[in-house]
Amino acid sequence: MTETTGMTDTGTVEILDGREWTRICDYEQLTPGRGVAALSAEGQQVAVFRDRSGAVYAVDNRDPFSGAYVLSRGILGSRAGVPTVSSPMYKQVFDLRDGRCLDEETAPDGRPAVLRVWPVRIAQGSAS
Amino acid sequence: MTTEHRPRDLVLVGHGMVGQRFLEAFVEQPGAAGWRITVLAEEPRAAYDRVHLTSWFSGTSAEELSLTPAGFLAEHGIDLRLADPAVAIDRAARTVGCASGTVLHYDALVLATGSYPFVPPVPGHDAAGCHVYRTIEDLERIRAEAQSDGTTIGVVVGGGLLGLEAAGALTALGLQTHVVEFAPRLMAIQIDEGGGQLLRRKIEDLGVNVHTGAGTQAILTGEDGRVRAMGLSDGRELPADLVVFSAGVRPRDQLARDCDLPVGERGGIVVDERCRTRDPHVYAIGECALAVDGKVYGLVAPGYAMAETAARSLAGELRDEHHFTGADTSTKLKLLGVDVASFGDAHGATEGAVDVLYSDSRSGVYKKLVIGGDGQLLGGVLVGDTESYGLLRPLAIGGKPLTTAPGHLVLPAGLAPASGPVALPDEAIVCSCHNVTKGEIRAAVAEQGCATVPEVKKCTKAGTGCGSCVKLLGAIVADELAAGGVTVDNSLCEHFGQTRSELYEIVRVAGITGFSELLDRYGRGGEGCDLCKPAVASILAGLAGGHILDGEQGALQDTNDHFLANLQRNGSYSVVPRIPGGEITPQGLITIGEIARDHGLYTKITGGQRIDLFGATVDQLPRIWRRLVDAGFESGHAYGKSLRTVKSCVGQTWCRYGVQDSVGLAIELELRYRGLRSPHKLKAAVSGCARECAEAQGKDFGVIATSAGWNLYVGGNGGMTPRHADLLAADLDKETLLRTIDRFLMFYIRTADRLERTSVWLERIEGGLDHVRQVVLEDSLGICGELDSLIDRHIACYQDEWAAVLADPDRLRRFTSFVNAPGAPDPTVTFVPERDQIRPARPDEDGRVLTPALIAGPHLEVHSA
Repeated sequence: MTETTGMTDTGTVEILDGREWTRICDYEQLTPGRGVAALSAEGQQVAVFRDRSGAVYAVDNRDPFSGAYVLSRGILGSRAGVPTVSSPMYKQVFDLRDGRCLDEETAPDGRPAVLRVWPVRIAQGSAS
Repeated sequence: MTTEHRPRDLVLVGHGMVGQRFLEAFVEQPGAAGWRITVLAEEPRAAYDRVHLTSWFSGTSAEELSLTPAGFLAEHGIDLRLADPAVAIDRAARTVGCASGTVLHYDALVLATGSYPFVPPVPGHDAAGCHVYRTIEDLERIRAEAQSDGTTIGVVVGGGLLGLEAAGALTALGLQTHVVEFAPRLMAIQIDEGGGQLLRRKIEDLGVNVHTGAGTQAILTGEDGRVRAMGLSDGRELPADLVVFSAGVRPRDQLARDCDLPVGERGGIVVDERCRTRDPHVYAIGECALAVDGKVYGLVAPGYAMAETAARSLAGELRDEHHFTGADTSTKLKLLGVDVASFGDAHGATEGAVDVLYSDSRSGVYKKLVIGGDGQLLGGVLVGDTESYGLLRPLAIGGKPLTTAPGHLVLPAGLAPASGPVALPDEAIVCSCHNVTKGEIRAAVAEQGCATVPEVKKCTKAGTGCGSCVKLLGAIVADELAAGGVTVDNSLCEHFGQTRSELYEIVRVAGITGFSELLDRYGRGGEGCDLCKPAVASILAGLAGGHILDGEQGALQDTNDHFLANLQRNGSYSVVPRIPGGEITPQGLITIGEIARDHGLYTKITGGQRIDLFGATVDQLPRIWRRLVDAGFESGHAYGKSLRTVKSCVGQTWCRYGVQDSVGLAIELELRYRGLRSPHKLKAAVSGCARECAEAQGKDFGVIATSAGWNLYVGGNGGMTPRHADLLAADLDKETLLRTIDRFLMFYIRTADRLERTSVWLERIEGGLDHVRQVVLEDSLGICGELDSLIDRHIACYQDEWAAVLADPDRLRRFTSFVNAPGAPDPTVTFVPERDQIRPARPDEDGRVLTPALIAGPHLEVHSA
């Protein structure tokens, strides 16, 4: 669920948090191929990424395999055309579009290894 | 009607290599089921690998040398009685009496008593300080004595295989070592005059004093009854604190003599081609037996063959081809780092035999092939370069006329046309320890689906004996796989079809400076991944330079490099300042202590002589480093695939044994290579003497001081598959040492695969250690100038990564927990106290958050509950 409304280097990165679009940071603050961690309005940790083509993704920052809040520090990549991030902890790879883990279906706690995904957009002009 | 069968009793006397092999072969026979097996062993431990006994000195444990698989004895109901040797055999009653007093009945008796070391009956031969070299217990005694005060000179009597091994061990134990050999040359049985001369020179170059043509007349003792000197037949007196006799072995046939079994004139229990003695109920195998060809074999391979023969014979499965009528006595070994091999008719004793000889004293290579009248290879001697041994030995055993000109077979690699394993016929025996032919290896690949060398080893047992054929084995397996249409994919990942070393060459030659450029021009598209990105980052760091976090490079770094710190289990980081050579001032220690206290960090001394500070959050890293950098500390690069530490012992500055300044050299090496990115992390060490307190032989490169300079070892590592380093060059002056390490490292960085340690690289690279030695010492590839200039540039361009980050607000920007809440700590990073410090809280624990507010306070309060 990615919505990019522009490929320019300006604008504000926002996620749909509950019913509101919440500001994360300026688009140019994102390094292509890398992520940042942010706090959602609900107090959740979100990992926000920008890939080298300019697309932006927002997923849960918690790594289901280690329980640590570190996914924003992972390396972006692609696997068979699917945009991915690999966990910096034990290197499991996740699909950035739907949060599914491509390596293992189940986390050690028995729950499905799927990250929450936030709709994200780059808003031009007004930075609310 | 049923017939009651009582199990028959089989008693094996001796649990050495051959005894164990007999057991393994016997239990596999279909006829083995009806036997109850008892083993009588003299030694206090089960069978172990005596061939590699010397490796015990270099750290191989007795457990690792063990040849008895866990559970083997129990699985087959074998009753092994350790330290309870047989003392008498009553053939009429068919009983064996043991030292413990037990008397065992047997239906079949197998003698595998081996041999005992021959000690010349010279006066004083049993004085304190005299040893033999046969069991682990012997080695324990030798080591204890060599390391005791007042023991400085060791003398080995006997310049054969084992004598030279013993000499190597004594040298490694730090003794000044002499070898006394009665024959006019070393290894007189295996090698010829020319090879012997070269071998002598090489052994002497390693600091061992060689006295040939000298007999031992007496061991002279001091007033305390201990060895003091050795009297030689030429009248000389050689000072000695420790003597090791290695003057050959004699068959242990006393048990057989005592029960009137025939023995040979010079010992050895007479056996037939089924390995049976004159008594059909008694067999003898291995070094205690005299085979039908009139020989007592002192090598393990013939012993194994006899073990198989006896096992089949006893189980009623013996066919003519299993008869033991003689064996190959080829040997290949590495003595003190000198390669020596001899095979077949090495002395040209066959009538009409002629020689083909290649000798290069300058590079220390001597090769002789003995060719028969019909053009077949009969045998040969190789000193200094035994690369072709694996190929030549089976050719010699095959006995067919050579299809390759013999001259080509002795020329050094590169000068001769390639003659790979393709030249071998299917019946050529590749592994002589287990008698495995090339045909059987090919069948294992083609018919039984083995795709790797370990699989073939498991399936055929080839390569699991002395290991000298493993390289040839690998080549045959690769050939066979290729013939079957299997191609090995060396692609780095789905984004690059090249190997890491190929990408390195592309980046170097094409002058690529960025990941996108490389991917667009030479990749397969896509975004890249966590395999190729860090690998390319490492290549760019070495060739393109610049700060590793700048521009596009920043996005490629593995997580640790990205934050210039080491990620720990709860998302916190550890910080490791560089402490070159492990040398630190009291003020430096205090500063580190104060920083750790003020930030509430857990501290630990690492295995690499560093102080590790744990528990820092991303936001704290710049503040911690600000103080470290201000106090003069640099990044320790503990996060990178790069040089980690150069460990050192205290060296001659303080130590009474040290012969060089190991701390000074360790500091110099660490500063020289700090920040050098490589395919895998690099560790090094410098020891000030052969006592090796810095464990330099377990490192990627290790330096050990000698009285004449520095010995350089390469390719060692700890980890899951530990490996001892190999001696690359000896007695180097410092300038040559530095250049040699420079070139070794750059050659490794240039040609290794992703995450390939130096140890694995050294074993994989074609030509192995010899090739690396030629490249870095003789510039055989003509690239040393380039390698030198790369290192020179690395040294000139070095900058401390953390100091550079602190000086740049843009680089500092990423060190926040949350992009939209700068200054807010990460509430999920929590700690609990343990042993007066902190550790990460587990999910079920209510941990305390380490907040920046703590910095104002003196320290995190910790109570051990």
